[in-house]
Amino acid sequence: MAKKVYYEDVEVGTEIIPLAKIATTRMLVQWAGASGDFNPLHYDGEFAKAMGVGAPIVHGALKRAWLGQLMTDWIGEQGKLKKLSCQYRGMDYPRRMKTREEPHDGETWWCKGKVTKKYEEGSEHLVECEIWVENGKGEKTTPGSALVALPTRKRK
Amino acid sequence: MAEGSLITDELRKLIGVTLETIVFKVEEGAIQRYAQAIGDSNPLYNDPDFASKTKYGRLLAPPGFTGWPVKAGRPTDKLFEFLVKGGAPPRLLDGGVEFEFIEPVGAGDVLTATTKIANITERETRLGKTMFTTVEITFVNQKGDVALKSWSTLIQF
Repeated sequence: MAKKVYYEDVEVGTEIIPLAKIATTRMLVQWAGASGDFNPLHYDGEFAKAMGVGAPIVHGALKRAWLGQLMTDWIGEQGKLKKLSCQYRGMDYPRRMKTREEPHDGETWWCKGKVTKKYEEGSEHLVECEIWVENGKGEKTTPGSALVALPTRKRK
Repeated sequence: MAEGSLITDELRKLIGVTLETIVFKVEEGAIQRYAQAIGDSNPLYNDPDFASKTKYGRLLAPPGFTGWPVKAGRPTDKLFEFLVKGGAPPRLLDGGVEFEFIEPVGAGDVLTATTKIANITERETRLGKTMFTTVEITFVNQKGDVALKSWSTLIQF
């Protein structure tokens, strides 16, 4: 796991360690099963066309879960994720599979973020972040924000 | 009802109404499959032995996992039908989600999820006249503590 991040280590503008993800058709089926969201919009090409999105799209909730991982990877076990929000602005299309396990070449998504505010409240050391999922063209398809409590180096 | 408003009197009456209360068991295998589907190899979500030795004392669920099927932050078909029956426009988009995490959720927890319509608003967007419904779900754990809350925005046009 990542090195421990303390409240004193971050400033406004500090970047969160980015997280790369490759959405594949296989992954969307896995997500459908694991989350229990069986909307055919995410695996049935004809249905997706009829719905006007052209082809199956990546679940918004999967991108939201990636952003959750972005934050929990960064803050580690000593930090606490208190709030997470995001908006599903742009549609993302998964890579198709070349073999049973390997996707074709194509887009890689990056989950990124940076610190927008830090403050103390009661006994907590809080950090607000702007976060987003960015597609292969660098467009933020899923912008959001997060609030975390970080451990401090100060003696209590 | 205002002239040309999408929010019918019937819909307005739904604001604040509790739609349903469902009980979810948070199972170890379901947590592991969810973490695998995210591609998150954090041992807190994948390795029960490791997790049991941490302050959580059990396999921890990734943020937003509330038992299978995952209901947090997701507008359900039932809700959609309910709104359309009330006169809401038939085309639907999932606008986004907000979570507040209060208590950890882990294997063996039992969550009681109460869904209510927190608000319905409308405004002109590039989709035309558009209605926004905020659905609030509160998850209370077996100790009676609120573990998390989610708000999702349903866009109809």
